[in-house]
This record gives sequence, C-alpha cells and structure tokens, in this order.
Amino acid sequence: MKITFPHMGNMHIAIKALMAGLKLEVIPPPPVSKRTFELGIRHSPEFACMPLKINLGNFIEALENGADTIVMAGGWGPCRFGYYAQVERDILEGLGYQFKMIVLEAPDSKAYDLIKQIKALGENVSFWEAVKAIKYGWSKLNALELLERQFDYYLPRARDKHMVEKIYDDAVVTIDRAGSKTEADEATGQAIKKMSRVDLKAGLPLKIGIVGEIYTMFEPAANYNIYRLLGRMDVQVSRSAYVTEWINDHIMGGYVKKSSRKNLIACAKPYLNCEVGGHGLETVGNTVHFARMKHDGIIQIGPLTCMPEIVAQSIIPSISEKEGVPCMTLWFDELSGTAGLSTRLEAFVDMVHRKKLSTNNQIKEA
Amino acid sequence: MVDGYLGVDIGSVSTNLVLIDNGCHLIEKIYLRTQGNPIKAVIEGFAALVETGSKEGVTIKGVGTTGSGRYLSAVLLGADVIKNEITAHAVAAAHLYPDVKTIIEIGGQDSKIIILKNGIVNDFAMNTVCAAGTGSFLDQQASRLNIDIKDFGRRAALSQQAVRIAGRCGVFAESDMIHKQQMGYPMEDIIMGLCESLVRNYLNNVGKGKKIEGPVVFQGGVAANAGLRRAFEKILGMSVKVPQHYDVMGAIGVAMLAMEKMQWSRAITQFRGDAFILKGSFKTSSHECQGCPNICEVVCIKRDREVLAYWGDRCKKWENSLSEKTHAV
Repeated sequence: MKITFPHMGNMHIAIKALMAGLKLEVIPPPPVSKRTFELGIRHSPEFACMPLKINLGNFIEALENGADTIVMAGGWGPCRFGYYAQVERDILEGLGYQFKMIVLEAPDSKAYDLIKQIKALGENVSFWEAVKAIKYGWSKLNALELLERQFDYYLPRARDKHMVEKIYDDAVVTIDRAGSKTEADEATGQAIKKMSRVDLKAGLPLKIGIVGEIYTMFEPAANYNIYRLLGRMDVQVSRSAYVTEWINDHIMGGYVKKSSRKNLIACAKPYLNCEVGGHGLETVGNTVHFARMKHDGIIQIGPLTCMPEIVAQSIIPSISEKEGVPCMTLWFDELSGTAGLSTRLEAFVDMVHRKKLSTNNQIKEA
Repeated sequence: MVDGYLGVDIGSVSTNLVLIDNGCHLIEKIYLRTQGNPIKAVIEGFAALVETGSKEGVTIKGVGTTGSGRYLSAVLLGADVIKNEITAHAVAAAHLYPDVKTIIEIGGQDSKIIILKNGIVNDFAMNTVCAAGTGSFLDQQASRLNIDIKDFGRRAALSQQAVRIAGRCGVFAESDMIHKQQMGYPMEDIIMGLCESLVRNYLNNVGKGKKIEGPVVFQGGVAANAGLRRAFEKILGMSVKVPQHYDVMGAIGVAMLAMEKMQWSRAITQFRGDAFILKGSFKTSSHECQGCPNICEVVCIKRDREVLAYWGDRCKKWENSLSEKTHAV
C-alpha cells in the first residue's frame, strides 16, 4: 500500500511522520505547482471551488508517481467540502485510475473512534503503536507551528527579509527529515535562535489579522503566500487558525487541547447567532476577536464561490463600523497574475497606516 | 527656475504623465494610450513632457509612479515614491475637494470606490472578477456600434427614455443590447440604457455594502462619458463632480506624494535624468525559470547591456539576485 493525501500547508510533514509510525509507505504529492492547477482545473467542475481543484491535481500527480491509496478527510459540515472526497473519487475513477480511497470521518463522540480508524489504516500495528504514531506526527506539527509563529513575528521586523525566509524554509526541510521528536524540536529551536539574531527595524509593525476559509488560509498555493507578501510589507500577521487547532476541533473532537471555539461563538454574537456552514461563524467570530485585540486591520480570504464566506462577507461591514476596524475581502481563484493582489494589499496597508498616523496625531493634540 | 514634480500613472489602457509645481499647479499633462507597450508610452510621454518642461525652465525635483505599471516606470525613470492607485487617487481628489466623501474611479480595467473620512481613506473596494462597466468594455461596445468612443457620452445624453439593459455581466449586457437593437429601439436610448446598467453593476459589485455619501467625485478615463455621469446622478440621487483633469488624477496624486516626501525628507531625487530614458535603448526579455515546478515566467528589463530589473518570480530568487549584486557594489 502506497499512501498519498492532499496538500495543506506544511501538513504533509506531519502526515509523513504519522504514516511512518504506522509502518506505511507514503508518496506525498509533489509541491503544488502550475501543473497541479492545470490538471485540477481541467478535470473539475468549473463552478467548484479552488480547494477541490488543487486536491484533484495533487491526487493525479501522486497517482502518476505510483501511489495507490488516497487518504482524504471527510466531514459532515454543511459546506461542500464534506462531499469532496466522494466527488474526487468519482472523477479519478472516470479518468481510469486504479486506487483505494480511505475517508477519515470526524468522530461523533470518542477520540477512540479516530484512533481505531487510523489503526485500521496501518498494517499489523497494535493500538499502542497507533497512538505512538499519532503522537509523533502531532509533535512535528507542533514544532512547525512554533516555527511559523516566530517567522510571523520576525519577518515584518527584520531588515533582511530574504534571510528570515531562508532560515524558515531551511528549518522546514530539517523538521521534515528529522527522525525523532527531539531532532524536530532541536531544529525549531536552532532556527528560532538564528531568527532572533537578525537585524531588526525600529518601531512597532502594523498588525493585521487574517480570517476566512480554512484551506485558503493554510495552503500558500491557494492564497499566493499572503502571509509572506504582508510580512515583506512590514506587517505583522495574526493567523486566525493553525492546523493543530483545526485538527483538534474538527477531527479529534476537541480532546487534545483547549478549544478556542467557545470564545469565537461568543464573539460572533450578536452579529451572527448560528452556524452558516463551513467556517462562516468562525470568520465572523475571529473578525470581532481581532478587532477587540486591537488589530489595525483585518483581511478576509476565501476561494471564489465559497458560500459560508459570502455570508460572512455580508456581515463584516457592520463589524467594521461598530468595532472601528478597517476590513477587506479577497477572493482567490485560478488567476496567476499577482499584480492585482499586491495592489489591493498595498492599498489596504497604506490606508491602515495613514489611519493609524492620523488617530495617533489626534490623541497627541488632545 | 521652477521646481517640478513628475507623476506617472501607467494603466492597462492609458499612460499618463503630469508635471506639477510647488503649489500643486499643473504645468503639463500627457495622456497616451498604452497600446500594450508601456515602455514606449513612457518614453514618448516623457519626451513630450520634457519639451514643455524645458521651455518653462522646470527642474525635476521628485518622481512618483502609480498604476499597474508602477514598478516598470519606477525602473525607467528612477522613482522616489511608488504608490498604489487608491492612495494616489484619494490624495489628488482630497486636495481639490477637501470635503470629498466618496470617489468613484473607473479606468480601463479596474473600477474602484474610495470612501474618505476627514480627507483620509477610510474604506475602499476594487472590482474583483468582473470588468463589466470599465473602459475596455465601453471601448468594445462603441466599436461594435461603430461610434467613436469620444461621442459615446454625447450620444447617450441625447436620450429621452433609457432602455433597460441587463447589467449583471458584460456578456449578458451585450446580448441584451443586440436584442434591443434588433427590435428597433433608437441608438441613443440603448446607449443610455447601457450606461445605467453599468452604474447598477458598479454599485452592486464594487460599491457593495458601502454607504455612498456626498460630495461624490467621479474620475478616471471613463469620467469623460457624460452619459455615465448622468446615470450616476440619476441612480444615486445626488450631484456628481468631475474634476477638470479627471483623466490624470492618479498621476497628479502620486506627483503630490513625491513632492510631499522630497520636501519633508530634503533628500536628493532618485530621478535618473533625461538622458537615461531618452538616450538608452530598453529591451525586455522573458524566460521560464526551471528552478522548481512552478516554472515562473521571469521578465528581465535591460538598458543597453545593463540589467535594470527582474520580476515575475514567485520565490524572488531573481529579484533578490539583483539587489545582492548592488549591495555588494
């Protein structure tokens, strides 16, 4: 059995570790490239959102490289994503590929169910070996996130952005190659030490929160690396979601760490009082949360045609007015030119900056 | 001698250059069609501008660039300020009308709405996926109807009763127009109907969720169209101001920003001089970078044999290679 799975940011590193613990051979899809997009777009329904198209491109490229089993997340969320595994299987079968598809469903009540599902994947692994594999994958995920948070902190402050990016990129490769939790943690520690030695600019950077659809937030290919684009403009980015949190809330049923969801649902009131599918409620909650955490601006991102995010978009202007924070929505689709994107980002950052200056001056005058 | 500040706005359709003096008065403006060749447009425009400039005895003390070609023109001229169009348009409009609350800007491919509060941009939006209602679409419709685009607005203004045209999307609008035309509606009424439908499209797509308050300023190349202006006034129910130099407001704004920066910092301009742009031969070339599966198309711009800039690479490998070289020197 040669297993593959869809890309989502750095998650492939953790999945590789998990599968190795289950004594399985893994063939991750090649990094998302122009070709991935082309393959995905050619074989997907035109009106489907970008995540489906990138998933499909990933699968085709992995199957070409010899994978024979696809592991995909399912779900019962009212967003289309819950159905994507089935649609993707249908399309791939139609194209004549031979493969087995395993859909991981979020457990209804017990973490035990999920461990059982993962154990069932492995060949001749005991229950405890499965638990150990999960722990190993989880530790790599945590190491990557710690690194990401430091990267988001140092990139806007650094004079030499290129240097910080290089330290981060190199560390990601080292964590991927690490054979144990200790090695992975050590790589993270070293990278953070290196980043802390980089020359920093004076003054506080602007703070902008990113909210929106989960896949678009995690996968740099789906968001044109918006975190880096903003970091290069000296903006400190607050991500509203991290992979560990998402897995904790949606796949592990909230067992592993303390969930921030309750706070988000409370924040969303009175703007939105019920689930609207996908990540809509979280987007509204996060927007309010960031506004109250004194962010200078908030950017909502999502794939074009994403229904839950469209609902959230229509609510955001009233949040923007009442909480007094500038907001902007960006939709991503298969456009490859980044000129339009950087114009919008630059204009937004410029506006936020000028606004902050003028309010600071008003305070001084008063 | 007069101190002058140069503003350049390269858009998809037009390339605009302006020269302003210390008091933000316009010395000269040049409006050219980009025609797919921004380098040629900048060189031609600059040559024309320099002619007037030298007659008036102007020395260029600062340069600002904006528009989608802002990085290109910055490389050609040597810019002190490189700014996005939103800020540039807002600065120019707020200088002319200090109490302006809403700016409607429609250009060749982009349309924008800018909401100001106390002269500062408070909110903005740009068209995302649909270019219906922008200059390119109007150009295309005018040529299909065999009307000079300069007459488009005047003809629309003659209409007594606008025909209703679907405004949801450019393709729907076009087929609706053809349908109405085959039924025998007068041309003027169809054109005016198109203007109204474009305004509705703009308000629904670009102005979505924004509160439009007066005074409203309408600028950008499309503001030349009297029909669209009338349609905005009718649908918004308020008067809409069109500045005298509506077509070069972005360039004026960025020239003002350059002036602000140079006067404040008292630095020497990055401007490379007349000879640099007029005497050199500029060439661009592109190649596919094979460094990773993204296969980015990297563009290289050269003056004679000297490489001025690279762009188009997602990883910034090429862009950074140049800055490393200059750092080393």
